[in-house]
Amino acid sequence: MRRFFIALLVCAAGARAETPKDTVVMAKPIDDMISLDPAESFEFSGSELVDNLYDRLIGYDVKDVEKLFGELAESWSVAADGKTYTFKIRPSVRFHSGNPVTAEDAAFSFRRAVVLNKTPAFILTQFGFTEGNVAQRIRAPDPRTLVIETEKAVAPSFFYYALTAVVGSVVDSKLVKEHAKGDDFGNAWLKTNEAGSGPFKLRSWRANESYTLDSNAEWYRGAPKIKRLVARHVVEPATQRLLLEKGDVDYARSLTKDQLDAISRNKDLAIDQGNKGSILYVGLNQRNPILAKPEVREALKWLVDYDAIEKNILAGRFVKHQTFLPRGFLGAIDEMPYKLDVKKAKALLAKAGYPDGFSLTVDVESASPFTDVAQALQASWALGGVKASLIASDGKQLLTKYRARNHEAVIYRWGPDYQDPHTNAEAFAMNYDNRDDAKSKTVAWRNSWDIPDFTRRAGEAALEQDTKKRAAIYEQLQREHLKVAPFVILFQEIEVAARRKNVDGFIIGPNFGTNFYYAIAKK
Amino acid sequence: MSSRSGLPAQAAVHAFSAFGIVAQTAATFAGLLLITFLIGRVLPIDPVLAAVGERASADVYEKVRVELGLNLPLHVQFWNYAVKVLHGDLGRSVLTANPVLTDIRRVFPATLELATLGTLIGVLLGVPIGVVAAARRGGFIDRVARVFALFGYSVPIFWLGLMGLLLFYARLGWVLGPGRIDVAYDEVVAPLTGALLVDSALRGEWEVFRNALGHIVLPAAVLGWLSLAYISRMTRSFLLAELGEEYVTTARVKGLSEWRVIVRHALRNALVPLVTVIALSYATLLEGSVLTETVFAWPGLGMYITNSLLSADMNAVLGGTLVVGCVFIGLNLLSDLVYRLVDPRVR
Repeated sequence: MRRFFIALLVCAAGARAETPKDTVVMAKPIDDMISLDPAESFEFSGSELVDNLYDRLIGYDVKDVEKLFGELAESWSVAADGKTYTFKIRPSVRFHSGNPVTAEDAAFSFRRAVVLNKTPAFILTQFGFTEGNVAQRIRAPDPRTLVIETEKAVAPSFFYYALTAVVGSVVDSKLVKEHAKGDDFGNAWLKTNEAGSGPFKLRSWRANESYTLDSNAEWYRGAPKIKRLVARHVVEPATQRLLLEKGDVDYARSLTKDQLDAISRNKDLAIDQGNKGSILYVGLNQRNPILAKPEVREALKWLVDYDAIEKNILAGRFVKHQTFLPRGFLGAIDEMPYKLDVKKAKALLAKAGYPDGFSLTVDVESASPFTDVAQALQASWALGGVKASLIASDGKQLLTKYRARNHEAVIYRWGPDYQDPHTNAEAFAMNYDNRDDAKSKTVAWRNSWDIPDFTRRAGEAALEQDTKKRAAIYEQLQREHLKVAPFVILFQEIEVAARRKNVDGFIIGPNFGTNFYYAIAKK
Repeated sequence: MSSRSGLPAQAAVHAFSAFGIVAQTAATFAGLLLITFLIGRVLPIDPVLAAVGERASADVYEKVRVELGLNLPLHVQFWNYAVKVLHGDLGRSVLTANPVLTDIRRVFPATLELATLGTLIGVLLGVPIGVVAAARRGGFIDRVARVFALFGYSVPIFWLGLMGLLLFYARLGWVLGPGRIDVAYDEVVAPLTGALLVDSALRGEWEVFRNALGHIVLPAAVLGWLSLAYISRMTRSFLLAELGEEYVTTARVKGLSEWRVIVRHALRNALVPLVTVIALSYATLLEGSVLTETVFAWPGLGMYITNSLLSADMNAVLGGTLVVGCVFIGLNLLSDLVYRLVDPRVR
């Protein structure tokens, strides 16, 4: 028996193999990925992968997001009416199939996204495109010219940033049409295949297991520095750390604070960081008559020890932030008036008629670090007499409850859909219809916050053509929002990737669709 | 005369018995499907939201709800699903975008490989340990075996897996890390059965075989320990019961050696209930050990069903459940056959 076991171990030890020199291996969870079709993909992992397979018309500099640059579009302009946009397509760019990239491909991509009407379609349809008008409003008069007409004159930056989203990816129309079945625009095929022109080609995707990419030597910006990238589905952070330390993976993408502390002391490893647009907040349902009182809402904001939570639970993963626009967005302000002030909170609670506090339930996803943050909040709210009962549940279960407005308070994370302030302004400061069967279920709606004035002003901000005036509107909105909104906005996320020191160049952008592999190099 | 008329009667009894087994199996499947289906519908997770995500507009939500058939009455949904299953169509998984059958063909061999090796370790070590423990009841080996088994039972498998990785992979370097195979060997062997060890051996790719073996040894040993703990204790218990029987005393009186008494007489009889124990242990491992699969990044059936369940991906859950049901029924039939081999009374 002993011999048998030792023989197994020895046999295994002899089979050791390091990661190949031209291949980079990442360990990360990829079980949220349900489709690779840019017209459908809207999950974190899916967005990241699609962004590395496809090009869009325009992109932005992740270090300075106000700087737009052309990807497949060589130049672009907007007419005096503020509604007609013209893009000139870069010549000589080819898809992975070898087909040339034309304006018709771009037009086809946007039209199919609108007609398919999958989850991310709203990013385009918010500009007035419908199944009925999209063929006329998005057209390619010649192979290098794309003309798009929006319904209203919106802020040009709003439109451009929307096109940088994953849904703005340009697909190879010829290839997709070959695989179309019925009226599905090739959706069934594109769920598990790709038809892009981006820096990497899809070699394989095994759901919940791995995806493998080969570099595109013909990419218009030059071939990536590595030949292959493999992302392995590894959920457990402790396992990720072991794999990284042993050199079996080059990147570990979801380590916890303690593991990052240990990694930072390892001379063979390094940590890359990038600000993400995601915000961690507490939503307070206004159906609850206690939470509907302005003094109570404000008191709960004064009953949070933001600094202690950041230092002890979230260091390296989140930073303190209290307004609805994350750092890096047009109009973002860095104002953080709230800190732990029990005396002030108690005075506000007394004014609201609750000098001894009250009880409420707090829903939270049963995952790190959310439950740790919930416990910290529970402790600090108790200082003001607020007795919070925590309800931890699976993420999908929590979402079901939250979208049905059946919560009292909820700890949740919101990530912007694209790089324009309207995405978060709409979520947190707009509620078009507060009825249960409303079509638009913004974050404000989910918390039953009926705000016609905020909704009107935030809507007007999206139409403002002057960028400075637009930024000023958002700044003012946030200051008012900070005081009255039923949201205790807590932190902004930082994405962290631990890596081996012989590998570098992974670009962590502010959005989950702007994490790029093309600059990764391995020594 | 009696033999002539007895043959057709015996055949009729066999036919009736076979029909009974088929009917019982079909009823079990139907019940399994119905219960899993109903559980899926009472979960506090909206399957449409799980598919479309939180940003979906009301139009998109409604469209997907209709696509998934969730607008239909519950009994119609179940009937539609059952008819499809009878035609060999388990539907498509929302999470992976693949037909469920394709997914299961991919994840089940990974679990099968792991569970089989784990059970082999459990049986090859557990039975001898149980025999020695029974033979030396109350002795040093018995006490050590008890502690060893207790450890296997009581220590969370998640912790055991992590500690195993830390020691044998990270510190000693005796085994390879989490995952089924190194990146360098991935896709080298075209799948035949889906079980990497089998496929690489059949194709003569011994480097791949060694690499796959290096990856599977530790998770299989962890699962094997769990299996071993159960099998060794049950072996000991069954054997002790047999050793108290009169036929054992008779054998001893006849002057047979103690080991001959144990191995040739007592163990042979103890094997009858032990077959059921081993089959159940194997079936449990084949369901997929979610925690082991998580720690070892092992893309098996357990993780597949759990992920699907948490996303209310009911086609995948039902498909996985059917496979698990098949495994249990298949192993039950198999253990019946093995009974016939080890117990002459059943022949």
